[in-house]
Amino acid sequence: MQEYLLSMKGICKSFSGVQVLKDVHLEVKPGTVHSLMGENGAGKSTLMKCLFGIYRQDAGEFFLDGQAFNFTDPKHALENGVSMVHQELNQVIQRTISDNIWLGRYPVKRFFVDEKKMRADTLALFAKLNIHLDPDTMLHTLSVSQRQMVEIAKAVSYDAKVIVLDEPTSSLTDKEVDMLFDIIKVLKGQGVGVIYISHKMDEIFRISDYVTVLRDGKYIGTDSIQNLTIEHVVNMMVGRDLEDRFPPKTNEPGSVHMSVRNVSTKYEPQVTDVNFDLRRGEILGIAGLVGAGRTELLEAIFGTRTLLSGEVQIDGKLIKNNNPHVAIKNRFAYLTEERRETGIYPLSDITFNTTIANVAAYRNKLGLLRKDMMEKDTDQQIKAMRIKTPGKREPIRSLSGGNQQKVIIGRWLLTNPDILLLDEPTRGIDVGAKYEIYQLIIKLAQSGRSVIVVSSEMPELIGITNRILVMSNGRMAGIVDTDKTTQTEIFHLSTKYLNNSREAEV
Amino acid sequence: MTALSIGKIRAMSKEQWKELFVKNAIYIVILAIIAFIIISEPAFLSFTVFRNILTQSAVRLILAFGVGGIIITQGTDLSLGRSVGFAAVIAGSLLQRADYASRFYPDLVALPLVVPLLLACAVSAFFSAINGWVVAKFKIHPFLATLGMMITLYGVLSIYFASGAPGPQPIGGFDTRYTEFVIGSTFGIPHLVIYAAIVSVIVWVLWNKTTFGKNLYAVGGNPEAAKVSGVNVSKTIILVYIMAGVLYGIGGFLEAARIGSANNGTGFGYELDAIAACVVGGISFSGGIGKVSGAITGVLMFTIISYGMTFIGMDQYYQYIIKGAIIVAAVALDAKKYIKKT
Repeated sequence: MQEYLLSMKGICKSFSGVQVLKDVHLEVKPGTVHSLMGENGAGKSTLMKCLFGIYRQDAGEFFLDGQAFNFTDPKHALENGVSMVHQELNQVIQRTISDNIWLGRYPVKRFFVDEKKMRADTLALFAKLNIHLDPDTMLHTLSVSQRQMVEIAKAVSYDAKVIVLDEPTSSLTDKEVDMLFDIIKVLKGQGVGVIYISHKMDEIFRISDYVTVLRDGKYIGTDSIQNLTIEHVVNMMVGRDLEDRFPPKTNEPGSVHMSVRNVSTKYEPQVTDVNFDLRRGEILGIAGLVGAGRTELLEAIFGTRTLLSGEVQIDGKLIKNNNPHVAIKNRFAYLTEERRETGIYPLSDITFNTTIANVAAYRNKLGLLRKDMMEKDTDQQIKAMRIKTPGKREPIRSLSGGNQQKVIIGRWLLTNPDILLLDEPTRGIDVGAKYEIYQLIIKLAQSGRSVIVVSSEMPELIGITNRILVMSNGRMAGIVDTDKTTQTEIFHLSTKYLNNSREAEV
Repeated sequence: MTALSIGKIRAMSKEQWKELFVKNAIYIVILAIIAFIIISEPAFLSFTVFRNILTQSAVRLILAFGVGGIIITQGTDLSLGRSVGFAAVIAGSLLQRADYASRFYPDLVALPLVVPLLLACAVSAFFSAINGWVVAKFKIHPFLATLGMMITLYGVLSIYFASGAPGPQPIGGFDTRYTEFVIGSTFGIPHLVIYAAIVSVIVWVLWNKTTFGKNLYAVGGNPEAAKVSGVNVSKTIILVYIMAGVLYGIGGFLEAARIGSANNGTGFGYELDAIAACVVGGISFSGGIGKVSGAITGVLMFTIISYGMTFIGMDQYYQYIIKGAIIVAAVALDAKKYIKKT
């Protein structure tokens, strides 16, 4: 038997010139749990996508039982005993548990599906894993943790040698986490290797045998859990170096501009009881893990998410952003996180993309739109924002990510906003363009506008903001002064309400 | 419902009542309409009416099963009506009385009934298979793929229709074996009802007891999950269209004899009735959900309403308004279950 079930050696991957994985190593021994850690965007999911053949690595090799291989797709991996249980479960929720487990390989007896065998096999499988569920239960009636168990059982039914669990506990209660860990222990006992991706330190130290840390796509190190402390791992994750990648903060926060009081949202994923003041000319960062409610907080302020309670005041006056239309009238602007999904109109030209949020301003007396005015403003924005494009009639799709982002920021500036909500403004943008966007944000704050920036990159938050609000599991874990804080402190805050809070609510 | 004890009903909150009401609103409305019909015309509650409704539902139900399977895969089929028309013209042209004056094929011998039936099914299945292939391989939206097929089929069907010996004339004068087979009855049970029952059982078995059926629901519910689990998604989609084609063939064969004639306009618009019945019966356009019993309920409800409204002498145009409103309400209520609130 090989020492390692699965090894990844020197994996490199880049997307349009940006290196997202650089010489990454990971080795999984049978019957162990190997945790993979790193901040958002450290390259964990890219590494997994390379493993499962969704991406093809530029360099490096994967070995399964000592044999070099490359999976062509997740199904191929599954058939070879490597499977992944995603955070977003990929299941047919309209069907039963046993339908889902045996999907694609139903036992057939004389033309008909052998339901009896399916049921018996499912029960046998569940017995092995100590899962107590009726195989005929519809999946949509199960809790997330139960669905997760079904997915793990499915992986086991394919004789899985290696199972990847991607943030499996992100929506589980403590009790459910215990149940999951029991199953993981059973798997370990059967010689299965588990790759465990999570941000939660206490869990990592409870369940892992080894930890590997990635940062900015780089391999930082691997060690046995006995040799590590939480401090140690956090330092590996956040690093200590802050290079000179940010323009000087020349903005000066003034009096209170916007007050957010006791804001909670009505529907899942929820934000609970958020309070903060935003000062005029301030850049306020929002930090937190994926799913901490950062985007949801911006949506609540901008009026695309229904409030349960709480209020927002501008200069001491109560305002109600019931929908984006009102929010824009109240001089808010919201740059969304998913540029491709909710930001650009890919096939339309730059003029359309620049003027669309403010299109009513270009009507002439007859109510028809004045193309000349629209094009004039677009030209102005192209110049002011230094957008690199052959012309204003290019479809925005043909521009680079950074230039698309500038167009969208330009779009919002035309609405003459007072408060800018920017969600991951530099995601997927190369380093040079990032600097320009930082400059732009600081310039906007300098001109007396107030800015909220959500970002998963801690160096970025520390580099450009005045204060940082840290979200944790839908709640506000604290606000820190950027000059006085450390990445370690922010990281600790961002895990403050993990696990326990859900139990507390119940 | 059996689990609902009186205590539980009492314990239900306002929210829960509201949810129960919204969930079943469409049935409540339909039952109210039926109650209204019965109150205005108590004679509606009679065996004859019951039998007529079942007979009128038979062909619709067979067609609804065809398009219902497609809807489960998140598809739709606009070419249903033309496909039924083609099948009707084929069956009719091959089954005319020997002594009928303007026969489509003047010298044709009397064929066993099964030959025209199989031919009608084969032709419908062939064109439907093309629909499935285009949808599965080229990822064209089923609305557009079948819209194209609907128009194409009308062309092909009309060319065939015009090619008969008497030229483009309605095809009638059917062989009595054929009409007896379709519109006769045995022990007082109309044959059409028997055929619809047989088809229902077969479709139920196919949807629920075979690998094809299970794959059908999986592909409709979450194509990505099905693919990753090794289901041949394209094959499943093509198969469900072929199955639909066969059912349209049967429907066309029965429809010609039921009406007593066939021409190139036969079946026009039938797709809308069939799709509407499926939707009202809970076969969801979002895919992966739908039962045989749902299709039966949907078809019966629609037939009862249109029969009943005619029975009490309601103007046909008012009937259209009510039917249209029911369809939109059914879809809106269905969608309401899946809209994510933010």
